[in-house]
Amino acid sequence: MAVGIKAHQLSIGYRERLLATDIQLHVPRGQIVCLLGPNGCGKTTLFKTLLGLLPARAGSVDIDGLGMHTLSPQAVARRIAYVPQTQGPVFPYTVEEIVLMGRTARVGLFSAPTLRDREIAAEALAKLHIAHLGTQTFPTLSGGQRQLVLIARALAQQTPYVVLDEPTAALDFGNQMKVLEQIRALADAELGLILSTHNPDHAFAVADQVVLMSKDGVTPAQPPAVQLTGERLSALYDHPIDVVTLADERRFCVSGPRQGTYRSP
Amino acid sequence: MVNSSVTQPQRWGWVLGLSLTLIGLMIFAAGIGAYPVSQSEILAHLWQRGLGASVSPQLDRVLFEIRFPRVLASAIVGAVLAAAGCAYQGLFRNPLVSPDILGVSTGAGLGAALGILLSLSIAAIQILAFIGGLATVALVYAVASLVRHREATLVLVLAGVVIGSLAGATLSLIKVLADPYDQLPAITFWLLGSFASIRVADVTAVLPAVMVSLIPMILLRWRMNVLSLGDEEARALGVHPGRLRGVLVIAATLMTAAAVSIAGVIGWVGLIIPHMARLLVGPNFARLLPVAMLMGACFLVLIDTLARSLTATETPIGILTAFFGAPVFLVLLARSRRGWQ
Repeated sequence: MAVGIKAHQLSIGYRERLLATDIQLHVPRGQIVCLLGPNGCGKTTLFKTLLGLLPARAGSVDIDGLGMHTLSPQAVARRIAYVPQTQGPVFPYTVEEIVLMGRTARVGLFSAPTLRDREIAAEALAKLHIAHLGTQTFPTLSGGQRQLVLIARALAQQTPYVVLDEPTAALDFGNQMKVLEQIRALADAELGLILSTHNPDHAFAVADQVVLMSKDGVTPAQPPAVQLTGERLSALYDHPIDVVTLADERRFCVSGPRQGTYRSP
Repeated sequence: MVNSSVTQPQRWGWVLGLSLTLIGLMIFAAGIGAYPVSQSEILAHLWQRGLGASVSPQLDRVLFEIRFPRVLASAIVGAVLAAAGCAYQGLFRNPLVSPDILGVSTGAGLGAALGILLSLSIAAIQILAFIGGLATVALVYAVASLVRHREATLVLVLAGVVIGSLAGATLSLIKVLADPYDQLPAITFWLLGSFASIRVADVTAVLPAVMVSLIPMILLRWRMNVLSLGDEEARALGVHPGRLRGVLVIAATLMTAAAVSIAGVIGWVGLIIPHMARLLVGPNFARLLPVAMLMGACFLVLIDTLARSLTATETPIGILTAFFGAPVFLVLLARSRRGWQ
């Protein structure tokens, strides 16, 4: 069986315009695929297509060998969880209720979550060390807490795959690292994850594979140390970027010279 | 075991407390009117009647043909408008919508006025009211989704105002065409809302539509919460948003139309009561629906009692709900900077 989320010759976009064509992508279990690309290149659109929220303009998306177009929303939600970029619900649901909504695909159409569902939601909160937030309402939370709650909801969904749209956006440094640690822990627990970020350092920190997305399309996936060179990042973001390697092989990005062209170190 | 912000006993506490309040209010309201009856007389009468003992036929007629149907109808209509308000607010993810703001009430009023103009039966008037209401909500939603503005809330409300006033203009046209001695007073009175002419037959005519439209709301109580997150998130959580929303909008519109067909257009209940209920028990639909319905029932029983006792002639009930609703809404609007409750 073909395990993983697979995009084959996928075209994404809206009726009026295509954003990218001929995308090949594979998100296997137990790995983190990181998607980098400038604003407006279509990262969110790609994710929504992988989740079946938008139709593929051409090509196909398969989950564990099953064609996306053959699956109901419920069948998809039992396989892929989504951590969207969201301002949160209009109404002040409690954290516990938000996380319980992750159980919806396992709750009968005419039923409400059971005690077992509540336990699973509580476990998800505990795993992310935010059990104490359970009774607070979502709008009262800080940005970092909201992100962790949405990840907890994805956990409560108990899917083999999770799609995270900029999970570290709008977080302070400490919260960014906490979220990344949790994401790493999920991959270690054999989940397959794909996430987008605007910070290449996050790809260095957690990714197994990195995919670059630009107006010209999507590159093949490669490990971060291979994919993320100063040259490619400079081209991707249209700004000189150097990649620095520390003695312990950790890598990070610095902005290149302010004037003049990009120089290799 | 998980702690919930409102625990089960608390939730049923509200439902029990409000139920008792409603019963008390209904008995109180039944005693008030041109033929005053004390509350103890009512209770004694009910007790004796229950035992099969002989009772005063005059009092029996006052209670069972005039007072009780009227009190019951105001409770049902209050509950229905509150339930429809909860549903619309969740379905359109918009705490500012209600049957009246979406234009459903006016649309249903237009359908019903047309029925009166054509001298149709009560059942036919209900059906026309339903068609008018559903057409209005469909039109409002279509306009709002075509515009696709960033301020979706604003567009939906404005579309409701525009379509609603269009329906209002058509209504005025019907009034011009109506027979000024017979139909016009009926239509006018009815547009301001009134329980004055309620008979037992009205209550029994409206109950089936109310029951039928409550069933999907009760059954889909959990899906309602998920739908209020918006289409994409709901779909990603495994819900088919289009179909469910369609079923629930039809249910909310059907019950609104049923209420409008017996009581006329009564504004504000569907907007204010869901807000107040959410303040008490939070937005979870399984808790919100019963509490809002009971609050709506209590509110309208109280308002109707005021309507028939404040002045020598009856005050149309829509006027009183507006006097109460508008200031309450302004307070809620001022609070809304801290997030919708």
